Amino acid sequence: MNMKSIVALLAVATLLLGWVLYHRDEPIPEHSDAEIQSYQLSNGMKILVIENHRAPVMVSQVWYKVGASYEHDGITGLSHMLEHMMFKGTEEHPAGEFSEIISANGGEENAFTGQDFTAYFQKIANDRLELCLQLEADRMRNIIFDEKEFIKELEVVKEERRLRTEDKPTALTFERFNAVAYTNSPYRRPIVGWMEDLETMTVEDAHKWYETWYAPNNATLVVAGDVLAEDVFRLAKQYFGQLPMSRIPQLKPRHEARQYGTQRVTVELPAKIPYLIMGYKVPVLTPDIVDTEDEQELYALEVLAGVLDGGNSARLSKNLIRGQEIANSASASYGMTARHESLFMLSAIPSEKIAVEVLEFALRDEINAIKTELPDEKELDRVKAQVVAAQVYKQDSIFYQAMEVGMLETIGLPWKVKDDYVEKILAVTAEQVQQVANKYLTDERLTVAVLEPLPIKSNSTDKTGSASLAGEKNVQ
Amino acid sequence: MRILGLLILLFSSVSAFATPDIQTWQTENGAKVLFVPANEIPMLDVRIVFDAGSARDAGVGGLAVLTNGLLSEGAAGRSAQQVAEAFESVGAEIEYDAARDMAVVGVRSLTESRYLSVAIETLGQILTQPDFPQDAYQRELNSMKVAVKARQQSPSAIAGEAFNKAVFGDHPYAAPESGTMESLEKITLDKVRAFYKRYYVASNATVAIVGNVERWQAEEIVKALVSGLPVGEKPAALPAVKALTKASRIVIDYPSEQTHIFVGQPGIKRGDADYFSLYVANHVLGGSGFTSRLVDVIREDKGLAYSVYSYFSPLREAGAFAMGMQTKSDQTGQSLELLDQQLRKFVEEGPEKDELVASISNITGGFPLKIDSNRKLLGYIAMIGFYDLPIDYLDNFIANIRAVDVASINDALRRRIHPDKMVTVVVGKQRDDTL
Repeated sequence: MNMKSIVALLAVATLLLGWVLYHRDEPIPEHSDAEIQSYQLSNGMKILVIENHRAPVMVSQVWYKVGASYEHDGITGLSHMLEHMMFKGTEEHPAGEFSEIISANGGEENAFTGQDFTAYFQKIANDRLELCLQLEADRMRNIIFDEKEFIKELEVVKEERRLRTEDKPTALTFERFNAVAYTNSPYRRPIVGWMEDLETMTVEDAHKWYETWYAPNNATLVVAGDVLAEDVFRLAKQYFGQLPMSRIPQLKPRHEARQYGTQRVTVELPAKIPYLIMGYKVPVLTPDIVDTEDEQELYALEVLAGVLDGGNSARLSKNLIRGQEIANSASASYGMTARHESLFMLSAIPSEKIAVEVLEFALRDEINAIKTELPDEKELDRVKAQVVAAQVYKQDSIFYQAMEVGMLETIGLPWKVKDDYVEKILAVTAEQVQQVANKYLTDERLTVAVLEPLPIKSNSTDKTGSASLAGEKNVQ
Repeated sequence: MRILGLLILLFSSVSAFATPDIQTWQTENGAKVLFVPANEIPMLDVRIVFDAGSARDAGVGGLAVLTNGLLSEGAAGRSAQQVAEAFESVGAEIEYDAARDMAVVGVRSLTESRYLSVAIETLGQILTQPDFPQDAYQRELNSMKVAVKARQQSPSAIAGEAFNKAVFGDHPYAAPESGTMESLEKITLDKVRAFYKRYYVASNATVAIVGNVERWQAEEIVKALVSGLPVGEKPAALPAVKALTKASRIVIDYPSEQTHIFVGQPGIKRGDADYFSLYVANHVLGGSGFTSRLVDVIREDKGLAYSVYSYFSPLREAGAFAMGMQTKSDQTGQSLELLDQQLRKFVEEGPEKDELVASISNITGGFPLKIDSNRKLLGYIAMIGFYDLPIDYLDNFIANIRAVDVASINDALRRRIHPDKMVTVVVGKQRDDTL
């Protein structure tokens, strides 16, 4: 996008100010929750507060409804790159100053980008609330997109991709697994972006993305810790209240197209140990199915994951790591909180001298066992006991508490999902676990990726011109 | 930095903040106990720490890690499966780990007595009556061999291993905690049993507890956990880590996109006289993320790396001081030069006054964050007990940091950091000019 169209977009945003009149600063009554106090500013920004007075600290998180799944081919990694640009300064606080101010005030800060969200946070003493809100409000609308800074930061992000993905055989395998598992869902693209897309990304791309998605009516502030909700609301209104709204684009639905049969991908890389990933297409929690029968299936899928991998007593450890001793590690997981259809995941590393095919067969066997034989009540009870306990343990982390609420809100789910979670898990029966296994863990929903190690050789050549094995030289 | 001064001024009132009340006692068989009551959440964390880390491997690398990992694989006649079922049926989370100095076993549990009693009983069994079954031994040993291979496909792990080897020489800290293919071949089940018998004893144990119980309950819990341990003996002191006498460079050819770099030397001990000066110094150099010099120069200014940092890893004896980063292979030479320049400049000139003010302000202002959860508190009191730090360590932490000034940093840096005698490790695609 060139500068002109940015100006045009700003003009649209200004025109939209009239729409502000539809909102008033008020609590959000439809979302009553024992733990959360909520408020909505007239510009549409939501403020959620979880008071927790254990220690004189707080966490402040600003969540934006944008992430990798909002992108399309050619601009992958843009949400994440924009997250990096958010530390590059405004007129009021030039590059680096945000971090310096938070640091000098004893805070820790960072940000994270997911498929469905981008969030910025500070962990800091509770009397620094105002400072955090002031700085976050400033960078919601006033980031400077300087080309030189952008080009430098793009190099940093490319290094991040090399570090996290390219040089990690298991991560690279997972990336390719996703690219094959999903046909048209945006989840098939990596959050950090394809290298070519990074190489061709421009400062205008980032600026346009910022103008499109970073607005109070597309953001949620979550504050948890030793604060008073009324103080948070007052200060939020003071700093975010005057920011203009934007017209937030409506995304196309992009529901994952039907899969016809098992999909396979082999990743051959210099590595030492093989790695197996299996994923079955499964539904996730969407607002329209909350409190319906369809919803209960998702809780059954979570319990199913627990039966397979809810600790060291669960089946994968019991039967594959111990028992048959064919897996060095094995895991199963499912998460219902996502915007798009997702995957029930299994992954494993074979024991020494065990072929990946053997391991895949054994994992399928475990799934078949659940399909044909009802899981034991005691197994289910253990899974449920762990869920109940985790609900208590989570109170030890205000960051996690804020994160849970921020994510639900940003994905578009009611907070009651969090409150009802334990009860709905406890209601899952062995029959339901078996039913969802039969319904969803089927071959036509399956994608399998295998990392097949190639010898690790250096790319450099010695004087005779042949590739030399990786080796150590001690040059003193 | 202009606005910075103003903002610190505006927000300089540090709120009244109580450090936790740490209660201590010793069990009849000689274990040291540190307890912090925390009544807000109906849960309890307990961690038992032994001086039984890889530093005690005595040439059989991986022995400490294997012994620690086998505790929960069968105890008091119960199988690994039964042990796991016991914990998980009450929602308890077991933790175990062996690092350089410490071997750790612990549990997080709900405090409702029907849950807590099962968690504590089971933890006590794996602690005092491990069975070390032959099949579990063989399986875990095989699993450690797979872990060795996993490290061989990670350029950062390869670099880390080479770095420790060069920095620590013939000291026990030099060897990888999880062993090598060769050292794992030397392990036997008898050696595991002997290691357990020698080191998992009461006089070598520190018990840390944080949670929603009364003092008398904590005493009962500790008794249930460790009264079955023999008194035993504290192991002999580890040898001192020798200073490096000259610079060295290790270059390892590896076909990765990035080159992984470590530069460093032996650093400081826990309780070291220069601890606080060097803690603050490192914060300025590369320990504070975005506000550190290394990130400023290498990431923000030059865009050479995503992650660049420095750290001191204080241990019973001197752990490493290191600067680390990863960069696209053809930027290796430039990066090495910059790291060297930054370190030399820092050791020669020390921090600027305003850098020091900002760092001290971050560390002291951020202190409440360090102890804002049961989990973090547990880590601190376990460390205080294990390393025999003063019991008022947390109470005096802020004052000790505030006592650091430019002069004490400069003095400590010049005595302790030697840019001419650094180990440099480079792992990545090598071209002739980087060798």
